[in-house]
Amino acid sequence: MASIVEQKLPAEQPNGLRQFVGGNRASLGTLAVFVVMMVIFFAFAPRIFSQWPIYNSVLQTLPVALFLVVPLVFIVTVGEIDLSFPATMGFSAWIFALVVQAGFDPFLGMIAAVIVGMALGLGVGIVVVYAGLSSLVATLGMNFLLRGLIMIPTEGKSISLSSLGDTLAYNLFSSSVGGFPIQVVWAVIFVLVAIFLYNRHRFGVRVRAVGDNPDSAAQMGIDTKRIRVATFVFMGLGSALAGVFSTMINFTWWPSAGDAYLLPTLAAVFVGGTPTWGGVGTVAGGAIGAVIVSFIQTGIVAGGLSGFYVQFFNGLIIILSLLGHRWNQIRYR
Amino acid sequence: MGERLIELREIKKSYGNVFAVGGVNMHVDRGEVVGLLGDNGAGKSTLIKILAGAVRPSHGQIFVRGTEVQGWNPGKSRDAGIETVFQDRALAVQQTIVRNIFMGREITGPFGFLDVRKERSEAERLMREIGFTSKVFSPDSIVGQLSGGERQGVAIARAIYNKADLIILDEPTTALSLTETEKVFRFVRTVRESGRSILFIGHNIHHVFDIAERFIVLDRGRVALEVTKAKVKSADNLIAFMEHIAHPSGPNPLDEILREKGAA
Ligand SMILES: Nc1ncnc2c1ncn2[C@@H]1O[C@H](COP(=O)(O)OP(=O)(O)O)[C@@H](O)[C@H]1O
Ligand SMILES: [Mg+2]
Repeated sequence: MASIVEQKLPAEQPNGLRQFVGGNRASLGTLAVFVVMMVIFFAFAPRIFSQWPIYNSVLQTLPVALFLVVPLVFIVTVGEIDLSFPATMGFSAWIFALVVQAGFDPFLGMIAAVIVGMALGLGVGIVVVYAGLSSLVATLGMNFLLRGLIMIPTEGKSISLSSLGDTLAYNLFSSSVGGFPIQVVWAVIFVLVAIFLYNRHRFGVRVRAVGDNPDSAAQMGIDTKRIRVATFVFMGLGSALAGVFSTMINFTWWPSAGDAYLLPTLAAVFVGGTPTWGGVGTVAGGAIGAVIVSFIQTGIVAGGLSGFYVQFFNGLIIILSLLGHRWNQIRYR
Repeated sequence: MGERLIELREIKKSYGNVFAVGGVNMHVDRGEVVGLLGDNGAGKSTLIKILAGAVRPSHGQIFVRGTEVQGWNPGKSRDAGIETVFQDRALAVQQTIVRNIFMGREITGPFGFLDVRKERSEAERLMREIGFTSKVFSPDSIVGQLSGGERQGVAIARAIYNKADLIILDEPTTALSLTETEKVFRFVRTVRESGRSILFIGHNIHHVFDIAERFIVLDRGRVALEVTKAKVKSADNLIAFMEHIAHPSGPNPLDEILREKGAA
């Protein structure tokens, strides 16, 4: 207090643009990574990257990744990690497939999937938070456990849902309008709502407070356990939506549904600029991170390199992004 | 004295088989300033954490305005009109000043979304009220960028936002410069004049003597002395007593003074 000149005027309004840049360093940094990556893609394969099909194929799969990345940003911010979302995604999608296969409306299947997804998230959250287990290990165990519960009764058989295409739910959530995949719109709405939830809602600021200093948050009357569990429930919601959308896109449910998303989703969160230590993060950055990861997977092959290069470039981008964020971010203690 | 705001009866707190607080009876009335004294490790911080609901006592009862409360926790303590500035300040340093001031007490509009404008203007008002304004930082500055004194200002702003009946300050001037310390004391006087209660913990006995009307001295988790300013007369007498409990040799220096008073 002493080092400050006392004055009657309120603090000077900081310059709007500077404040925006200062407050969004991480996500702007991620955006810069994306732009650089696209420039490189363009330089190597101008013909492919100036035409629509490559973007269309990215946009087909991107929404599923967005439904997963966004809630994972909340979990990492609160100071936890979740490795069980792939199985939760597969499990909820399985419920969706069973409901549709039984002849019910897909809307009903969606509702059932979301309820099951959130219930699984609640279960995982309670196991981690109230039993005081390490979320890294406990959710790894939950992932195996849930996947096992899918595999045992289905004996690894997939469910084909060819009738889906004629339904209202499909047209609303998964069709394409003028060549543009409609699921992108839903995923973008999800991202935008989550950005507001994270930055401008009581839930988001409490998630950040708990991740920043759990003792202080508790001393200020925040139920830190409840907030932690709530992030896992949100992850369950996102996983269920991801599962339903991916099943609708493919007209098929596979017992392995979700497995392939584990590492790319984790990568997207951190490439996006959410640090590992909790308290801060960026939903917008995570979404851009998901775009980057999707483009590497599609772009490398489309650019004429063999699929063997995908993992190499994935790794390269992750490491370079982390180095960039490390330089770009200050950790306050 | 006014209404009995809060009362602790036979409060104990043990860590393992060590009693940080070993059977304390104390109370704070409306409008009074109580000074809590004691050596390092005497149990002062543990006691105020119990009042704040942050630490659950192993034994004892808590009464708020004459009624015993069950399941005492930080939320209930704040709802009862008790605000605490913890010794470690309890700030989330990666968050902004606004976010720290309203931590756990967000100003929200429909559906739980924040009323950002109102929070910002309230934060500015609170910071002005305690002489905590600057060109260098705004309510949107990150707390991790602030100096120790400035951080203490944030913790104090948070404590006064809710118009608490009792404000607890745990060593608020430790590690502050002289002018910063002066600001904290000016703040304490303002609160006192507004008729609210204060429980003040300080290591400088002269300072505590100046602002408080009643003193509680803790020694190894127990109340060694509870005395009014009128009875103890001077800070030197308090210091003599505290030296006596630290190195007991000869008679209690307060015996004579207190007996004198009782006889008169
Ligand atoms: N969380 C804790 N775990 C174990 N011991 C503790 C804890 N908190 C305080 N103590 C012990 O309780 C005693 C009182 O500490 P404290 O209340 O901080 O004293 P003071 O604030 O008067 O310096 C000390 O011996 C301290 O080591
Ligand atoms: Mg202390």
